[in-house]
Order: sequence, then C-alpha cells, then structure tokens
Amino acid sequence: MLRWLSQIGTLTIFNLKTLPQRPGSVAASLVGMAGVVAVLVGVLSIQQGFTRTMAVTGSPDTAFVLRGGADGEMMSILTRDDARLIAEAPGIARGAGDPLVSPELFVVIGQPKKTTGTDANVPLRGVVPAAFGVHEKVKIVEGRPFVWGRNEVIVGRAAQGQFRGLSVGSTLHLGQNLWQVVGAFTAEGGLPESEIWADAAVLQPAYRRGTTYQSVKVKLASAGSFKQFKDALTANPQLDVKVLRETEFYAGQSRGMTTLIVSLGVIIGVLMGLGAVFGALITMYTAVATRTREIATLRALGFGSSPVVLSVIGESLAIAALGGVLGAVGAWIAFDGFQTATMNWQSFSQVAFAFRVGPPLLALGVLYALALGLVGGLLPAIRAARLPVANALRE
Amino acid sequence: MTRLGLMASAFRRHRLRLLLTAMSIVVAFLLFSYLVAIRKAFQMGVDVAGADRMMVRHSVSIIQSLPTSYEAEIERVPGVVDATPLSWFGGIYQDPKNFIAQFPVKPEEYLAMYPEFRLSPEQKAAWLRTRTGAIVGRTIADKYHWKIGDRIPIQATVWRPKGGGATWEFELVGIYDGAEKETDTTQFLFRQDFFEENKQFGQGRIGWYAIRIKDPARAAEVAKAIDQQFVNSPAATKTETEGAMAQSFADQVGNIGAIVTAILGAVFFIILVVVGNTMAQGVRERTQEIGVLKAVGFTNGEVLALVLGESMLLAGVAGGFGLAVGWLLVSQGDPTNGFLPIFFFPPEDLVLGIALVLGLGLFSGLLPALQAMRLRTVDALRRG
Repeated sequence: MLRWLSQIGTLTIFNLKTLPQRPGSVAASLVGMAGVVAVLVGVLSIQQGFTRTMAVTGSPDTAFVLRGGADGEMMSILTRDDARLIAEAPGIARGAGDPLVSPELFVVIGQPKKTTGTDANVPLRGVVPAAFGVHEKVKIVEGRPFVWGRNEVIVGRAAQGQFRGLSVGSTLHLGQNLWQVVGAFTAEGGLPESEIWADAAVLQPAYRRGTTYQSVKVKLASAGSFKQFKDALTANPQLDVKVLRETEFYAGQSRGMTTLIVSLGVIIGVLMGLGAVFGALITMYTAVATRTREIATLRALGFGSSPVVLSVIGESLAIAALGGVLGAVGAWIAFDGFQTATMNWQSFSQVAFAFRVGPPLLALGVLYALALGLVGGLLPAIRAARLPVANALRE
Repeated sequence: MTRLGLMASAFRRHRLRLLLTAMSIVVAFLLFSYLVAIRKAFQMGVDVAGADRMMVRHSVSIIQSLPTSYEAEIERVPGVVDATPLSWFGGIYQDPKNFIAQFPVKPEEYLAMYPEFRLSPEQKAAWLRTRTGAIVGRTIADKYHWKIGDRIPIQATVWRPKGGGATWEFELVGIYDGAEKETDTTQFLFRQDFFEENKQFGQGRIGWYAIRIKDPARAAEVAKAIDQQFVNSPAATKTETEGAMAQSFADQVGNIGAIVTAILGAVFFIILVVVGNTMAQGVRERTQEIGVLKAVGFTNGEVLALVLGESMLLAGVAGGFGLAVGWLLVSQGDPTNGFLPIFFFPPEDLVLGIALVLGLGLFSGLLPALQAMRLRTVDALRRG
C-alpha cells in the first residue's frame, strides 16, 4: 500500500516536471479552464450581488404586511384603518411608548439613468416618523433629514450613484410639485439605498393616494413573536392581509433575478464546460502520446497500472486546479464590487447593487474546474495504462 | 486515389483528435446560438417597434394613471390617427412564478393598433360578442395548455373585482399568432369595458395610451403637441415613440444583458482561436506527407486546395451541425420561465453564424496550406 502510494507520488511529480516541455498545449488547457471558471463565476456574481442586497435588507425581527394576494409592494393597498388595526396587534416592539409600526407608500418616479440618460423607475417611498425606528440601518450620511410636512426628500447613496439629479441641494420636479433633496443616507448596502424617501403625508395628496399606504413594516418585540403577531392579524375578520417576515419577503424579491441569471448561467456553464473538457482531453491525450515510451519504460521497471492512471489524472487535476484558481481570482478582480442597477420586476422599480464574488462562488468555480479536469484526465489515463509494454518500447 | 479519398485518409489519421476538435466546434456554435438569442431577448423588441406608434404616459412615471377622457382629446391633436388605452393588470395565474403580461384593452382598436397580432376573423367576432372574453398569444397558450373555450381564473393583486374575492374569470375566445418572429406572443388581453365595469376602484382612469400617427417623421412635433395640451392639468403627460419606450425599458434592465453577451462573445472567440490552432497544428504535422504528394506530381494549387478543403470540410460539418442543434435548442423557447418573452434565433444572425463557420475553416486552413504550398519538396521530405 505504501509502495503504491509512493509510486503515485513519484509518477505525478515526474509528470508535472514534464509540463514545461509542452508549454503550448498546457497553456491552452490552462487558459481554457481559467476562461470557463471566470465566466461562470462572473455571471453568477450578478445573481449573488443582487441576492445579497435583498438579504441584508431583511431582518428576521421585522414583519412585512401586504394586502392579501399581493406579490409585491406595487400591487398592495392598505388603508389608514388597516394600519391602525395592525398597530393594535400583540408582539410589537415599542420605542418611546409608541408601537414601532411603519405604514409606507411606495411609488416610482422617472429619473434619468447616468449611464444611458433614459428614464428609469426610481422608487420613492413615503414614510412616517416610526419608519426610522423600524429601519434601524438607515443612517443620514450627508445633509439633514427632511422636515415633516415639507416637500423635501432624502436619497439613498446607491441611487445617487446610478441616477441623475439626486445630489444633495438639487430639486426634483414631480408633476406640478418641486421637491428639495436635503440629505443622503446609507442602509448597510440594503435595498433602501436605491430609494428616495419623503414624508408620506406630503406624498399621499401629490400622488392622489388619499390616506392609503401600500405596506406596513412592523418591528417585533423579538424574532420569536412573529407567530403571535401573524396569527392575531390573520384571525382578525376586519383585515385581509398577508404577513411575512421581512427576510422571507426579500428572498422572494430576488426570485426573478435568480431564475434569470441561474438559468442563463447553467446553460453557459455547461456548454463552456463541454468545450473545456474537449480541450483538456486533447491536451492529455497529446501528453500521453508523446510519453508512450517513458510510460512503457516505467511499466517495465515495475510500476503498476493504477499508479500510472492516477498520476495522469493527478496531472490533469493539477492543471485544472491552477486554471480554476486563476479564473476565479480573475473574475473576482474583474467583477467583485462592480456597481450597476437593474429592474426588479417584482417591484417594477430600479435596484442598485454591486456584483459579488464571495468565497462560496470562488469555491464553486474551483470545484467545477476540478470536475472538468477529472473528466478530461480519465480517458487518456486509461489509455496510458492500457499501452502494451513491449510495443510501446519498440516505438 | 481521389482527392476526397486523400482528405478522408487525413481525417482517419487522428480520429480521436478529429472527433474532439469537431465537438469543440459544435459546442462553440451552440454557444453562439444562445448568444444571439440572449442578445435579442435583452433588446426587448427595440428594433421591431412600430415607427408610427407612440406611447402617451403620465409625466412622472408609467405607474400613475391617466383619465379616460384623454383618448378623445389626443385623437383631436393634428397628426394623430387613433389612440387606444392600455393598463397593467398584474394578476397571477395559479402561481406568482408564472409571469404573464395581462392588459385590459379595447379589442377592435387594439388589434388595429397592433396588426402584427394575427387573430382569425371568427375569433375576433367571438371576442367582440363575449364581454368576459380574453385572447392570448400562441406561446403562452401552448405553455399552459389552454384551449378555446377554457375558463381561466386570474387572481387580482391590485384590481380586485366588485363582487368580492380576488378572482377574475375569463373565457378564452381566441389565440393570436405573431406576424413576425419578434412579435410578443406571450400577452393575455381582455376587454377594457368589462374591466372598467367590474373593478372596485379607479373608474375613469387607465394606465397609458398607444397612439398611431400619420407621419413618423413628424413624431417629435406630435409628441410636443400632445404634452403641451395636458401640461397644466393634474395629469401631465410624456409622449415618446414605441422604440424610445422599449429602449428605456431595455436600459432599465441595464447592462446585465450587455455583460452576459460580452462574456459569451469573448468565450466564443477564444474557442475559435483554440480550435483553429489545433486544426492548423494537424496540418503542420503532415509536412513530410505533403512533400511526398508534391514529389509524386501534385501542383502547388492542388496541395493548397487539398489542405484548405480539409479544414473547410471539418469546420463546415461540425459548425453546421452546431448551428442546427443550437437552432433546435433555442426554438424550445425561453429557458427562464417567462423573463425573456422574445427568445429565438434571429435569421440575420444565422447568416453571421454561417459566415463564421466558413471563416473558421478558411483561416485555420489558410496559413498552414500556404506554408505547405511554398514548401520545397526536398526540405519537406528531409524533415521527417
């Protein structure tokens, strides 16, 4: 057993030492593998970034209330009475004596995108004072908060980066109203950073919404009181609402983007994987063919056939691993942190987010490369082991 | 031995390498097929937008509604032929994952506005007779196995019906086809009058108007005249061409499509270069053999034709097969369950694909073929 292992070790090192003798085919294989991994990781980093933005937005101790049947804020309507009934439910946290219940109005405005100059649906959220207690992550980083009752707005940092006319001090023309941008805020990278916030009471008449809202966010006494809160609302015959944990809601919001990117990513990844396997096969068959004599000599010296197989696979895996790491790191340098904005069809509005190449994605890329390397090495390895020793020596 | 026989024997020499090279070419052109389909899908119909169609929406954003009274006012603006209302219904069929675009429309006006939606006269008559009638595009009718006469329940999200509950039931009276491949055949259309009468609120308001103008060259002028008319009303408008609107939607989705296509394009060309290199290497390895051919009396031209023919044959067969399979796979439709409604292999890109196949064969064969042709017979024989 020990001898068997040492044979594999010796042969693999021997194989690896021959690599510099055929730089062309090794480089082609390396580049191919790195390319596949870089592309796969790159495409999936879009989905990872989008999902992460959604994930950091939700907090498990916050409940999200929509009208029954609604799939997103844009499709939901709740009245002031609904909001009052919701605030009376048990299990709600309190700040300064008042329950932390934030009814919110959600509309979009057409604002030009910096990259293209064409109008994009930028989300505009109308809030009440409790909103800042519920959304603890929101912090003013420039200017000041808006004054309640005035036509003033604060703008998320990510929105400022993607859309024109949102810097502090500028004026927004919305219909017949003028709105002053008085501050900018961050939300630890979450969704609110793509939004504009204003006083709901000022926004409602401007958008002919009467006294209605679209959603109610509720800070719970603890993550565990969700069930109590939800049961109270669903049991209330005066209410027809859908109650979700905020984390659950935002996971649902990234569903569309995940479907889109993952299904495209899988097609691209599989096709390119096939291409890379063919490349690896060509490289390894060539490697085996040029070493026919050496392999036969080794066999004649008493090396077993399984160490020969495993050493060829080992060589293929080594090339694949190196290619995979190069590709993953390349994708990380090229894509990680790339800022962009896209349409979230579930809220019919823009979401600004950054591509993200995290450790799981890097690991996935390298593992995929190893799998491809294994497939690419297996057949040539078997051929190497099957070479009839006498014939091969004669060549 | 015939020339083809010579080529065949060359192919037989490295059967495995030939197979692998051919498979790589097939994969490259499969990738190409998806690349062109995805690129088209992300354009969202910008290039097929009717030149004489415009959209009138609320100036602040498309989610704000407009009064129904605007229809007559817009139609009075000089240069406007017709205006017809549209709204976003946003209902759910069975599961929120099933993304279907639903619009309440005025059947006759809508079908006249969008002549690329082909509906048979009998089905059109049935729609005009049936207040609860709806028509759908062929793509989604096939997807959900809907037949004429089916009753289709749609769960309302915003627009609940007056009678209580959240379900609207429609009777399927027609299935339309697209005049062009680019035509969106994933829409679900029902009657505006039925919707107006039965929605719980929002009577007298619609989402936006599609208008047809007499002269596309005067689109900017007409847009200005329409917007001017409503500038001081509570619902000011923004009028733009259908193409501009489609473009702004495509821009809203943003550079994701551009990034995906750029990556795919880069990969495609890398594969081509690698494959081309392998093919060229195969020719170089046969230097001695080519020397023999020349020694037995083959002319330079014949050698060139032989080597080039070989690479063209390989690229042509494998590339053609890849394009054919790619075409077939792409024709299976949108792989993302409704997010890319326009998903097909654009015919103009098929021409590009064939050109690339030929180019691959030509360039991977040309250089080694020229080398082979210029080779002095003596040198070639000596090299072995």
